[in-house]
Amino acid sequence: MSFMKTLINGNDGGLKHEGMTPMQKIAMRFVVIGLLYYGLSAIEGMLMRMYEITPLPFIDETHFFSIMTVHPMVGIFGSSYMIVFGAFLFLTPYLMEKPIYSLKMANWSWITIGSGTFVMWLAGFLFSYAPLYTMYWPLPADSEQFSAIGGIVYILGIVSIMIGTFLYTYNIFKTIIYTPDGWEQQPSMGLLKSALGITAIANFFRKKDTKHLVPLPIAAIARGTIDVGLNAIVIMTAGVLILIYFIGSGLMGLNLEHSWVDALLYKNMFWWGLDLVADGLVLIFVAGTWYLLAMLISGKDLYMQNIARAALFVEMVVSWTVWSHHLMSDQGQSNFLKVLSGEVVTAFELVTQGIAVFIVLTTLYKAKPLKMTNELKFLLGGILGFMLAVPAGIIQADLGMNRILHNTQWVIGNHAHVAILVGLTMTLYSAIYVLFPILTNGVKLYSQKLANAHFWLHLVGGIGMGAFMGMAGIDGMLRRTIYHNGEYNTYMILAGICGAMMLLAFVIFMYNIIMSIGLKGLFGIYKKAQIDTNNCLTQQKD
Amino acid sequence: MADSVDVLSTLKLVYTIYALAAISLIGWYAYRITQDGESKKVVKPVYFWSYVSVLVVIGTGLHFLTFNVVPWVPIDLDRANIKSEKTFKITYENHKIVLEEPQLQVPCNEYVVFDAYSNDLTYGFGIFRQDHTMVTQMQVVADNRNDLMWKFLKNGTYYIRSTEYSGPKGTQMIIEDAIVVSGCQEDDIRSMK
Repeated sequence: MSFMKTLINGNDGGLKHEGMTPMQKIAMRFVVIGLLYYGLSAIEGMLMRMYEITPLPFIDETHFFSIMTVHPMVGIFGSSYMIVFGAFLFLTPYLMEKPIYSLKMANWSWITIGSGTFVMWLAGFLFSYAPLYTMYWPLPADSEQFSAIGGIVYILGIVSIMIGTFLYTYNIFKTIIYTPDGWEQQPSMGLLKSALGITAIANFFRKKDTKHLVPLPIAAIARGTIDVGLNAIVIMTAGVLILIYFIGSGLMGLNLEHSWVDALLYKNMFWWGLDLVADGLVLIFVAGTWYLLAMLISGKDLYMQNIARAALFVEMVVSWTVWSHHLMSDQGQSNFLKVLSGEVVTAFELVTQGIAVFIVLTTLYKAKPLKMTNELKFLLGGILGFMLAVPAGIIQADLGMNRILHNTQWVIGNHAHVAILVGLTMTLYSAIYVLFPILTNGVKLYSQKLANAHFWLHLVGGIGMGAFMGMAGIDGMLRRTIYHNGEYNTYMILAGICGAMMLLAFVIFMYNIIMSIGLKGLFGIYKKAQIDTNNCLTQQKD
Repeated sequence: MADSVDVLSTLKLVYTIYALAAISLIGWYAYRITQDGESKKVVKPVYFWSYVSVLVVIGTGLHFLTFNVVPWVPIDLDRANIKSEKTFKITYENHKIVLEEPQLQVPCNEYVVFDAYSNDLTYGFGIFRQDHTMVTQMQVVADNRNDLMWKFLKNGTYYIRSTEYSGPKGTQMIIEDAIVVSGCQEDDIRSMK
């Protein structure tokens, strides 16, 4: 078949969108938008990588920091949230073998998050709003450096994302506990207890175990979703505060003093919320996705399933009490909080994530020999990413080390980028490869060679970029700044090459996916479904 | 006594070894699970719990280790009971760092305090060597207490740089040769002019 025909119609007939259920289409809409935002975030990342080597003539310093502001937001909300939410909105009813609570709400989730991300991005692109994602008070409300309209547009984008997040959260929990029309009454409270992990904790103290009413991955989805909802409340509150200042002093000319808000208290509350993303979304969701993938790939039950459930509950509590490791170089923060929350509780992330690694690897090993499929190799890549990134985080969450690592490239390289790009993203790719035939009713992948190239370029590029950034950080290179005299150029050039490998990996992946489903199928995803059902598939799974 | 270069060099070595070991382990594992041969159907719980114990020991042991090895940790934790020889007031405003004196003369082997106050935004206070490696740092939170106690053990000339982003205007908040330490027996070779 010619290139053009395959591009338009897809591999071996491609995706027949007419045969897709509404839920399949919604999940695909989330994933496609999420992948496009990943591409945008990757391009922004490469622009910054190049700028760190030598300033680019078409980007001034102010705009460089606007890119730095929207880059993580597009990556986290526009990409990770979208892919994860799409997958979980499909998997929750699919695994529970019941219809989703509301298709309309699921549709509005991707629309509000997708459009909100675009609006927020516009605030950086058009108005150079650049307080960075940390938004340390009073910088986000600084009307001397940023225009009020830029700040307002940015916050409106965030508000839209958070509305979509609330819709997702409500839909997930409602789907778990509700009774569909014509069904026997569901035990809502029992389902909720099982989803939250309370049943698993109680089983430790009972002679006879109570049966779990929800599958393990649903428990992980539910616990992570609680953190996602709490995080949305904190971000919305901060957004409203910034809006008040911009509208009050920026547009109405009122004299609103920044000192009315205590910068350290704000920082504590903001980091408490932000860490719910780092721990709620990343660690809990990832562990849950690993468990699901391990069971699907091995075809076996999970090793030590009750421990895994209990560990997820512990991880949720850890994620609520761990924020102080971001304030270890803040002298006003009490030593008690620095040691207890910053050091000790944070150390338990090593334990909970380590438990997840052990359980997944053991489950897979018990099923050997396994074929090295795309989902398996990306899953192992994701596990490796967290094996590298979590200890790096534990190291910087130490009073001694934080004094010389805080705000350096180590934090953002070895820890954050390796966790997100290698750990999280490779896990998401694994999930995409598992879900791809289910969501597309069995479309065949266009090229396995391209899938292999995607894997190796992404893995080597991701680890390499993190490593070179980390080495620059050890040698004193700060994040969130610009070096004009080429002080760290060797590291930055090497990190840039690795970043380019990852961007190339993404282009290859997208090409492979588009050639598999075809442009006709791709655009068809966004057309109204012709099948009228709330079920995930036309024929429910066995 | 260890300084930041010693600590970070050790980190670079240890973490590199760990990273290579982790990559090798996953590589070996990926090879093994594709091979024929029966795996043990039951992994004894004792292995699991031993592994969890090791994680707890490593996670918390790191902090005991640095408390005993990294000299500024006990100073941070016990600073209320330590008397400083000298306090240097530093003011931050309008993306400028203002020192009380043009150059801060720091006596060797004495506790000194850098007391920074920001009148507007949140900044950072970092001390760097001439080769740009970091000596120490703290956050300078607006309208809050930000004071860092430190003891220098080597002669050298250091520059101050804001280590926190305070908007596009704040990226080059640097005071060259702001701190001079003298009176030590040893020179900081990375910081000599």
